[in-house]
Amino acid sequence: MEKKVTDRLIIDHTTYSTRLSRRFTSRKPYEPPVPGRIQSFIPGTVVEVLVKTGDSVKEGDDIVILDAMKMKNRLKSHIEGKVAAVNVSPGDRVTKGAVLVEIA
Amino acid sequence: MALEKKIRELKEKREKMLLGGGEEAIVKQKAMGKNTARERIMAILDAGTFNEYDMFVEHDARDFGMDKKNLPSDGVVIGTGTVHGNPVAVFAQDFTVAGGSLGLMHSRKITKIMDHALKMRIPLIGINDSGGARIQEGVNSLAGYGEIFFRNTISSGVIPQISVILGPCAGGAVYSPALTDFVFVVDNISKMFITGPEVIKTVLGEEITMEALGGARVHCETSGNAHFFSSSEEECFSQIKRLISFIPRNNEMKAAVAEAMPPDAGYDIEKIVPGDPTIPYDVREVIRAVADGSDFFEIQEMYARNMVIGFGRLGGRTVGFVANQPLEMAGVLDVDSSDKAARFIRYCDAFSIPLVTFVDLPGYLPGVDQEHAGVIRHGAKVLYAYSEATVPKLTVILRKAYGGGYIAMSSRHLRADFVFAWPTAEIAVMGPEGAANIIFRKEITSAANPEEMRRQKVDEYRDKFANPYVAASRGYVDAVIEPSETRRLLLHSLEVSENKDVQLPWKKHGIPPF
Repeated sequence: MEKKVTDRLIIDHTTYSTRLSRRFTSRKPYEPPVPGRIQSFIPGTVVEVLVKTGDSVKEGDDIVILDAMKMKNRLKSHIEGKVAAVNVSPGDRVTKGAVLVEIA
Repeated sequence: MALEKKIRELKEKREKMLLGGGEEAIVKQKAMGKNTARERIMAILDAGTFNEYDMFVEHDARDFGMDKKNLPSDGVVIGTGTVHGNPVAVFAQDFTVAGGSLGLMHSRKITKIMDHALKMRIPLIGINDSGGARIQEGVNSLAGYGEIFFRNTISSGVIPQISVILGPCAGGAVYSPALTDFVFVVDNISKMFITGPEVIKTVLGEEITMEALGGARVHCETSGNAHFFSSSEEECFSQIKRLISFIPRNNEMKAAVAEAMPPDAGYDIEKIVPGDPTIPYDVREVIRAVADGSDFFEIQEMYARNMVIGFGRLGGRTVGFVANQPLEMAGVLDVDSSDKAARFIRYCDAFSIPLVTFVDLPGYLPGVDQEHAGVIRHGAKVLYAYSEATVPKLTVILRKAYGGGYIAMSSRHLRADFVFAWPTAEIAVMGPEGAANIIFRKEITSAANPEEMRRQKVDEYRDKFANPYVAASRGYVDAVIEPSETRRLLLHSLEVSENKDVQLPWKKHGIPPF
């Protein structure tokens, strides 16, 4: 069970010899939000996609209806633009964070 | 002869109740590696001390065919007894009776023994093994849980409350253990979650086993909900008895004083900590090198390992040890380790257990994930807990004590009573590398050989500031001591602090950052 001490952790320009936790090594690198991406904020099922590729959308337009936790959630566009890609169709089960529609 | 007959009748009635859900259900329980409710209680209590109450309690539910159902003792066993001679109150849910489901009378039995424990100021041990609410009893079952949670909260900090998860403990039921002081779990037997794998699958489409979702290992390693992990119920019971030996009966008493013992001769305290602050070692060896009999009872051993907490004794008196662990994550403070330490500090303070803190940390863990997870408010818990604690606070700075980490770890400024530092201590605003890079940035970048200049400035800073004497010159450290003097000084300062009396301003309660 004993892990050998072969890991390194740098704090304030000093390199410490230590063991890194699984939580630390498996942490996800930060990604800034992309405003044109319509992502599922919760795992669920796509009920309806209200746009198709090439459609023009305004900020606040409903893009996808996502059924999750017995609620029909309306996912809206944060920007004005054109639908560049539709990655899902009604009935698809999606995980949290999945990119459903891309607006450019 | 009438009396004899009545006594025989009573014996028969008892026999029937002692069978719980019946032989078939007991066979099933055993097949899962589980003991019955009464066996569990008797395994924890001193032999022959268990006295059971409310054995003949029956439910009064009528809906859904419940009027035809007989549930012996309503699926929970309650009583009192002793552990190492200390009185305790105990309840154990009986999974063989309707899956240990919680109905109105079941909950009333639990709350009765909880009220008893609080009134008598004795510890409460609750053994959870229940499928959850007794659905047939509807809102009465919810009322039962609520009454339990309320009592857990009111008793918190007055009497020790110990939860033992020996089977499922799901849905709302998990909040009783969560409100208690210590949670014991057993591998492959304990299962705790708010929503189970089936609900998660239907609602969210995620598949996971019960064990992976809320098994013993998960709660000891990942969630931090549990404090003690064991591989069998027997091991779990001996852990519980060991815990009871360290803690007082209530918040107005002190823990029983054991016979004083020197540490094992095998521990050479001068050979544990390397002088180079970047080289790791196991800080538990330092604890064992000073504790009576080198006996250290670690809590949450598998969770946030960069912080070590647990009980030991100094001169026979129970103390709570808190120590940064350079072996794991360089001993940094982060979200989880702050949470772990703060709760333990508050436990010790509530139950008059002096705190002994060993400091060796480079500071807080940098990272977007830490900042976004709220390392500010979680880190603040440590400051809050140490500042608020009025039990004797003894601090030993072994090596690094940099920046905010120095302040947080039971520093003089948070009213530590005694602060000692080893000659290897580096009490500074940050490590020499970091500090030199900032302070001498201009000199370094404009030098003909920046790398050489950097080295020179780092050494300069290290010589001047990376030591215990700057802090000692201000009285922030009371004494710079040889490692071999540590135990003697801790024993002495405990003796001096025996009647410590600090009055905080009156308040209803503080608002700690949780």
